[in-house]
Amino acid sequence: MTNEKNYADVKTNKGKDWFYTDIVKEHFFNPKNLFKTKEEADNYDADGMGMVGSPACGDMMKLWIKVDSKTEQIKECKWQTFGCASAIASTSMLSVMVTENGGMKVDDAMSIKPQDIVKRLHDLPPRKFHCSVLGDKALREAINNFFEKSGQKDRVIRQGAKVIDKILNITDKDIEEAVLEGATNFESLQKKTKIGVQDKSCIPEAEQLLRFYREKYFGAD
Amino acid sequence: MVKEIYLDHSATTYLDPRVKKEMDKYFCEEYGNPGSFNTIGLRAKEAVDDARETIANILRATKPEEIIFTSGGTESINLAIKGVMRANKEKGKHIITTTIEHHAVLDTCEYLERHEGYEITYLEVDRYGLIDPKDVEKAIRKDTVLISIMYANNEIGTIQPVAEIGAIARKHKVLFHTDACQAGGSEELDVNKLNVDLLTINGSKLYGPKGVGILYIKRGIKILPIIHGGGQERGLRSGTENVPGIVGFAKALELTQKEKVKENKRLIGLRDKMIKDLTEKIPKTFLNGHPTKRLPNNVNVTILDIEGEAIMLYMNQYGICASSGSACTSKTLDASHVITAIGLPYEAAHGSIRFSLGKQTTEKDIAEVIKVLPDIVKHLRSISPVNLDLKEVLDQVKK
Repeated sequence: MTNEKNYADVKTNKGKDWFYTDIVKEHFFNPKNLFKTKEEADNYDADGMGMVGSPACGDMMKLWIKVDSKTEQIKECKWQTFGCASAIASTSMLSVMVTENGGMKVDDAMSIKPQDIVKRLHDLPPRKFHCSVLGDKALREAINNFFEKSGQKDRVIRQGAKVIDKILNITDKDIEEAVLEGATNFESLQKKTKIGVQDKSCIPEAEQLLRFYREKYFGAD
Repeated sequence: MVKEIYLDHSATTYLDPRVKKEMDKYFCEEYGNPGSFNTIGLRAKEAVDDARETIANILRATKPEEIIFTSGGTESINLAIKGVMRANKEKGKHIITTTIEHHAVLDTCEYLERHEGYEITYLEVDRYGLIDPKDVEKAIRKDTVLISIMYANNEIGTIQPVAEIGAIARKHKVLFHTDACQAGGSEELDVNKLNVDLLTINGSKLYGPKGVGILYIKRGIKILPIIHGGGQERGLRSGTENVPGIVGFAKALELTQKEKVKENKRLIGLRDKMIKDLTEKIPKTFLNGHPTKRLPNNVNVTILDIEGEAIMLYMNQYGICASSGSACTSKTLDASHVITAIGLPYEAAHGSIRFSLGKQTTEKDIAEVIKVLPDIVKHLRSISPVNLDLKEVLDQVKK
């Protein structure tokens, strides 16, 4: 693991020939709040975990939080990201935003918008905006997960579901439901939902979500 | 400042100093307009005529007039496709091309389909990016006017069986255009051996100037211009000739073609060493494109679990300039159409990296990449939540 090390001197290029802002560059080359070792990642006892995206769509984020049960402040926020520079930098920045100054209260963290992250990054190219949108979604998932795990299901706030199969309009929530109803593999998921029958391009993402919800509710296979 | 290692020659090349020297006098001294009937203009015309002749000889064209100068590969392709289709409407409205063409071809075809009622057949490639000539033959219809298939692919470097496809086109009396932008510096360009009717080359990929290209148009082919005006280039490309560019293009093509045997051999050595080292030293990494039917300077690998733009930007920090087929570097935010066409599953398509070698690339440069890339990959994988199985991914790739 290399997060201890300054991976590259961000000053060498004088910031001139760099596509992103200096702050994006800093978070991309020296990401904050990473796990220090693989062991730490594998054994991390999180109060909440959230995941969004898939490698098939080019961006995927996983985010873990530890919450102070008395003050409801986020004490730790660890993350992993598959994606481009702005995806990595925006998740890193988000992890700083929710843990700085003693930690953000979960209710406030719930309302972080992509624009808030982009502002702290001193802007992103417009076409990269969608990348940072994912970080806040993963965080809301993690907070909802924290509510569920701490017996506060009434506080869970579900955002509008994300459409996965664009032809049949099947959402991630439908996949979650199917898993809870016993879908264990893609075939059984498809039987229940007809997902990916026509919209083949959604299959990788559907499989990813299937694995995610399987893991979430029934533990690793 | 870190030393820059340029491995993006397929994007563009530096100007060969010998080419620059040839061009130099056509800026301030010999600035004439080849269309002017005065001595200064006539000297410029002579320079353009000489360049045309040099190129015609290299291409073994029947006449120098078969070479039309344009502003580059994109314009040549637009002229070839739109010009031929619009001039041959009475024969039909069908074009055959492939799914892995450059956007200059794909978007031109899409434009004709959408706005002018043409029909396009897109041929699929195999896992190496190769077109099967039999598929070309099967796709030919009575109303097929043009086949446009690239000589060599810009992303994965696969070289198509152009001569074979050309022979099929000829047999069925269908016109054949090849986009040879990536092949101009290293491959055979004899239009008779290649059986082509139209051929595009661009100057900025063969150590020549940017902003100049050619379209070879075989004698007797019906074609209409797309740019109208002063009637230069036999009326097929109006606009004052880019004299220094044209002179430079001819010199660049002459030099690269003359030196290709030796240089190809050198590049293939570097290329194959790099492919071997990358795939051996970085776990879960594999080559895209054909192992031997590929451009001497092209290395394209997929590195699983991480994203291409991130890899590219980390390498850039070490001065290594490469490019990526990742969604983030494309205009559509989709994974590369070439990488998906060869059958890579979407989850693996975002991690492709292209290194394109060139004249100034040394063994030391390649060694530097091999030195730094494994650590970059390790670092990015350590912050990635993805952990794909190499075998499962390869099983999904087209057979």
